[in-house]
Amino acid sequence: MKMIHSLFLINCSGDIFLEKHWKSVVSQSVCDYFFEAQEKAADVENVPPVISTPHHYLISIYRDKLFFVSVIQTEVPPLFVIEFLHRVADTFQDYFGECSEAAIKDNVVIVYELLEEMLDNGFPLATESNILKELIKPPTILRSVVNSITGSSNVGDTLPTGQLSNIPWRRAGVKYTNNEAYFDVVEEIDAIIDKSGSTVFAEIQGVIDACIKLSGMPDLSLSFMNPRLLDDVSFHPCIRFKRWESERVLSFIPPDGNFRLISYRVSSQNLVAIPVYVKHSISFKENSSCGRFDVTIGPKQNMGKTIEGVTVTVHMPKVVLNMNLTPTQGSYTFDPVTKVLTWDVGKITPQKLPSLKGLVNLQSGAPKPEENPSLNIQFKIQQLAISGLKVNRLDMYGEKYKPFKGVKYVTKAGKFQVRT
Amino acid sequence: MSSNSFAYNEQSGGGEATELGQEATSTISPSGAFGLFSSDLKKNEDLKQMLESNKDSAKLDAMKRIVGMIAKGKNASELFPAVVKNVASKNIEIKKLVYVYLVRYAEEQQDLALLSISTFQRALKDPNQLIRASALRVLSSIRVPIIVPIMMLAIKEAAADLSPYVRKNAAHAIQKLYSLDPEQKEMLIEVIEKLLKDKSILVAGSVVMAFEEVCPDRIDLIHKNYRKLCNLLVDVEEWGQVVIIHMLTRYARTQFVSPWREDDGLEDNEKSFYDSDDEQKEKTDKRKKPYTMDPDHRLLIRNTKPLLQSRNAAVVMAVAQLYWHISPKSEAGIISKSLVRLLRSNREVQYIVLQNIATMSIQRKGMFEPYLKSFYVRSTDPTMIKTLKLEILTNLANEANISTLLREFQTYVKSQDKQFAAATIQTIGRCAANISEVTDTCLSGLVCLLSNRDEIVVAESVVVIKKLLQMQPAQHGEIIKHMAKLLDSITVPVARASILWLIGENCERVPKIAPDVLRKMAKSFTSEDDLVKLQILNLGAKLYLTNSKQTKLLTQYILNLGKYDQNYDIRDRTRFIRQLIVPNEKSGALSKYAKKIFLAQKPAPLLESPFKDRDHFQLGTLSHTLNAKAAGYLELSNWPEVAPDPSVRNVEVIDLAKEWTPAGKAKNENPTKKFYSESEEEEDSSDSSSDSGSESGSESGEEDEEGDSSEDSSEDSSSEPESESGRQSDTENRRVAKRNSKTKGKGDSKDEKKENEKSKTSDSSNAESSSVEESSSDSESESESESESESRKVTKEKEKKTKQDRNRLATDVSLLDLDDCEYWDASVLVPCLVVNPVSTPVALPTPALSPSLIADLEGLNLSTSSSVISVSTPVFVPMKTHVLLHRMSGKGLAAHYSFPRQPCIFGDKMVSVQITLNNTTDKKIENIHIREKKLPIGMQMHVFNPIESLEPEGSITVSMGIDFCDSTQTASFQLCTKDDCFSVNIQPPVGELLLPVAMSEKDFKKEQGMLTGMNETSATIIAAPQNFPPSVILQKVINVANAGVVPSGQDNIHRFAAKTVHSGSLMLVTVELKEGSTAQLIINTEKTVIGSVLLRELKPVLSQG
Repeated sequence: MKMIHSLFLINCSGDIFLEKHWKSVVSQSVCDYFFEAQEKAADVENVPPVISTPHHYLISIYRDKLFFVSVIQTEVPPLFVIEFLHRVADTFQDYFGECSEAAIKDNVVIVYELLEEMLDNGFPLATESNILKELIKPPTILRSVVNSITGSSNVGDTLPTGQLSNIPWRRAGVKYTNNEAYFDVVEEIDAIIDKSGSTVFAEIQGVIDACIKLSGMPDLSLSFMNPRLLDDVSFHPCIRFKRWESERVLSFIPPDGNFRLISYRVSSQNLVAIPVYVKHSISFKENSSCGRFDVTIGPKQNMGKTIEGVTVTVHMPKVVLNMNLTPTQGSYTFDPVTKVLTWDVGKITPQKLPSLKGLVNLQSGAPKPEENPSLNIQFKIQQLAISGLKVNRLDMYGEKYKPFKGVKYVTKAGKFQVRT
Repeated sequence: MSSNSFAYNEQSGGGEATELGQEATSTISPSGAFGLFSSDLKKNEDLKQMLESNKDSAKLDAMKRIVGMIAKGKNASELFPAVVKNVASKNIEIKKLVYVYLVRYAEEQQDLALLSISTFQRALKDPNQLIRASALRVLSSIRVPIIVPIMMLAIKEAAADLSPYVRKNAAHAIQKLYSLDPEQKEMLIEVIEKLLKDKSILVAGSVVMAFEEVCPDRIDLIHKNYRKLCNLLVDVEEWGQVVIIHMLTRYARTQFVSPWREDDGLEDNEKSFYDSDDEQKEKTDKRKKPYTMDPDHRLLIRNTKPLLQSRNAAVVMAVAQLYWHISPKSEAGIISKSLVRLLRSNREVQYIVLQNIATMSIQRKGMFEPYLKSFYVRSTDPTMIKTLKLEILTNLANEANISTLLREFQTYVKSQDKQFAAATIQTIGRCAANISEVTDTCLSGLVCLLSNRDEIVVAESVVVIKKLLQMQPAQHGEIIKHMAKLLDSITVPVARASILWLIGENCERVPKIAPDVLRKMAKSFTSEDDLVKLQILNLGAKLYLTNSKQTKLLTQYILNLGKYDQNYDIRDRTRFIRQLIVPNEKSGALSKYAKKIFLAQKPAPLLESPFKDRDHFQLGTLSHTLNAKAAGYLELSNWPEVAPDPSVRNVEVIDLAKEWTPAGKAKNENPTKKFYSESEEEEDSSDSSSDSGSESGSESGEEDEEGDSSEDSSEDSSSEPESESGRQSDTENRRVAKRNSKTKGKGDSKDEKKENEKSKTSDSSNAESSSVEESSSDSESESESESESESRKVTKEKEKKTKQDRNRLATDVSLLDLDDCEYWDASVLVPCLVVNPVSTPVALPTPALSPSLIADLEGLNLSTSSSVISVSTPVFVPMKTHVLLHRMSGKGLAAHYSFPRQPCIFGDKMVSVQITLNNTTDKKIENIHIREKKLPIGMQMHVFNPIESLEPEGSITVSMGIDFCDSTQTASFQLCTKDDCFSVNIQPPVGELLLPVAMSEKDFKKEQGMLTGMNETSATIIAAPQNFPPSVILQKVINVANAGVVPSGQDNIHRFAAKTVHSGSLMLVTVELKEGSTAQLIINTEKTVIGSVLLRELKPVLSQG
């Protein structure tokens, strides 16, 4: 297994704007096979992640309008490469605030230094953000000003010790004046609702994201009121698996900063509450160039909380030319090129349910669309974990100070689709 | 020479640099003027000057620009001489960027690259480990063949470095050197061998990587490190985990026998069993031998399980493929949940995972059936994901779920994504073909689609209908007529061809329509697609043969057209058909058979999954994704018929623990074989049953020798010689027990069918008897224990004809026994709280760990927060069962209960109790449930779910939880069947009210210090000295109480720690051996009542002879 040979970054218009080789140089022309596949695929989403060429294999990911194309020469688990490439993109995001062509081009030296540290001879070396940040400091405006004046550099002059320790995810000697530990319990409802309003499929995907700024080597344990809800969990490597198995307590020495502690799934066996309902009637008349569109959205099983940030996105059929609608609340846009209707509803007040009504103009002469489009719904409910998960307490061992602790709950729509 | 001067330069750099600097500053200012016209050449000139300046900032700027050029793929090679000078720069960032440059261009500028080598050689000796590591990293990345010897030397040195980080880099360098010069293979293998022995988690992943790269066939290098790798796995970084798991999968497939039980139709072999032919006998024996999993095999499966919860998709997939390829089929189910979880990830991960699920779902539908809905398609999924999901849905379709699925498919057919709609139609076709119940429904549904407005949909439907009709040659005249009409409107060639073929095949069923279709086609022949033309010719031929009166002229016309067609295939076909069907003087013998040739029954096409043939690739690999062998793909071998010698994996340390594994040893016996022929011992040694060296139970001299030697060696390395006598007597007992069970096993095992079941039972009884014996370990009690085990066996035999549930229980038991074989490895984890919940180690000797080793092992672990009291897994699970309801008083229903010593799943404060119910009547017993709990105040009980029915001779094991409130009060309740109620009660032995606790000696003393005075009870015991080897004491204590062993620094003091289940109060037991056959037994606990009861129970056990 000779892992990753080379990496090419390609933007949407097909320019290779960065290349990095970990072994002998592979010519850019290898990307032609990728472009060929890209042409064949209807859209970027459909470019196959694994492409075979006469001498190489190309494994690519698509992130933030960029393709990360890696060149492989021999057998390797494809997920290994895919997961690594995403980790690279995550690191860029982490360092530059965004993973875009401009950001990468602006920071090309840091990018190179990062890639050099992340991969040795094509095998991942340091992928933990805490270690990388000790090796290579992320750019800040202040630092770049200071650097240009004093000539100091972005490269850390202290050598990272984390890589050598048993806790590779945490850097040593962390110090804060305010010690804080925040946890965000974010739950997303994935659902498919059929025409009649009944649930075809629903499950809850949750994550607990942590933002931990604690000095020294704190040892935390987080317990839940109802840990048995968690059906299937995946952990950050810092969590002691055995403790979880025996006591259902999350016990860990946290990385410094932001990280994802766990992700979990509450499966559809436990009935999932669906917080909104949608009334819809979309119809296209035969042999006429218009149709009707009427969608109303209202709260249901929302546990007495306000539903906010509601947006409805609809991919209209290709024959739709334009839409003439009136919202009772919020505003809507229709993009005649991509045929995407977006209705930004905002908050739902039960007294006056928001609706969007009006006419749809169709291309004249074209047959009426076969199927009604499905509605993709986004919403947000603050201070509620829809699964009912509750954090019981957070204890800290190993350090003397008293940290400030906080837990925030939020429920969002994940892949929430209503078929019409 | 030049490199030397350079080194010099670096050391006394000061003066010279300023000299250079003066030169540089004078030239640097005009360089700006060139900016406007800068050709590449000029630009580089300017960079060169900057590099030669004495200011670090200028150098850094230059290097940054150069790196920018490299990143864009522009050539910067001509700057090499200027850049390489800065390799020894004091500025760490410049240095790093120079490294980047060097690695990129050294290959092209080999001579100049040599200039930099001495710098690296010097850095390799740096006191800072990170500098050593990074020097090795760059040195080995410079692909210059001349430096191979230097690299080799550097690698060898680094492999012996004290820093694990440097050793990790050495492992990486091995691969680089190997790709530069494969000649070095042998030397590199030596280094790999050395590094494989490394105990650091940092090194493990990298060296296995190197192993896979350089010498994947040298599986023998893994043997000795196998158990270590399994145990380190959880703590290795995620990328290393993937590599190790893949390697171990391959390893397991070569070293262990298949855990997949095939339906062995062995009845006919019975005869040969009695044949004297030795060879045949051997073979039969081997096949008949009940499968017992090698403990190492189990170790791997168990230790990878927690990784299913990794956040890294590659790790999860690696574990999934491991389970798929090497675990027993019944256990592979646990991976589905984790794989389904990965589907929430980004599209690339989804794509790969879905592909793998598709392959799995063909072979084992059941695994993913519960997750059917997770594969439902969303309109926002990319098409490639949609089609994969569809594929899986098709594979999972069965009679039960097809109606739901068809409803779902209906939505998909209407999708705006027409490619996906077409794929759905194919899917419906496949479902219709595979599930006969819905064939008609599907067919009519597809016919409806024929009137769809979208041509792709219609065309696809036609093709699928054609296939379906072909499979069901029943009367479908109506459909065919309908399709004939479609010919006027549909333009997709495949669909037109399909219709024509269908009409041709069924031309006798639609006698009126067929000729008319041919007429129309004759008209449009010239403008048709080649595919359609061929079918027109076929149709013509078929009609000519069946209905020549009407179609003779038409066919001839078509044949004439075909004769002059541009496509030679069509001309060929025309010529062929004409010769066959048109009678003329030259027509050969074949024309007589023309009708048979054209209108033969054609076999229906098999609608199969495109993933059908992928299963020969290892899951999760690139080759599997591409469905083609990728370069460097390592084939997964088939299971060996006979397991290679498992003792190769033994490491000295493990031998030490060996003597503690009586049950495991006995377990591995093949009773039948041993009983019959000592002469077979030779083959035996290659057999898995001879696993352990110390299997001294057999009478064969040869085997004995082997056993003794290993025992000797283990004693040599053992730090506790005083335990020897006890051990020996143990072995003695074991031998007897084994022999007994062998006899027993054989005597009854005439019935081949029940072989498996039976030997398992005897296995478990075996294990049991040996543990019983151990508890009363004394050579004098031999006969007694023998009879005891004998009587046990009798009861076992009775239960033998039990059903699957019981059987499974037996398997569980035997698996548990197996565990202790690799106890040493497991024990690594015990003191550090890392106890795998799946495992339930039995009778294990923690004191055998030398304290220094424990300290070492602790270093491996992350969880060093020792002050926390945490529950560990039980050290030993007694097999003892208590009668709950005798079959006489229960009208044929017998019930026994036992304490599995597992944490109770129903509540933290409950003791888990296992109840085994047996039906000894010849009628079904229905609705077994619990009623009328009469519990003392505070006590709680979680009952088992009512059992609907229990077959005659059947048995079932259920578990329940009882919160005894830390008292030995009886829990009374009624066990009811449909007709009767029986009052029963459970009284817990005090030792079962505890949960074992892992703690260090220091903590123990600290806690003990706090529990003195009235919290302490003690007693003096007088007993025979043979009771005092550590093993015996340990065994006795944990047999009575579910306590954890505290590693002790002194030979004469044994400590045990536990906490009460209900209140969690600590219970500390100390046994201190004194002079003259006496011992002091001390118990410290807040719960003084339980403490004194426990003392009372322990006292006789320890003093008894």
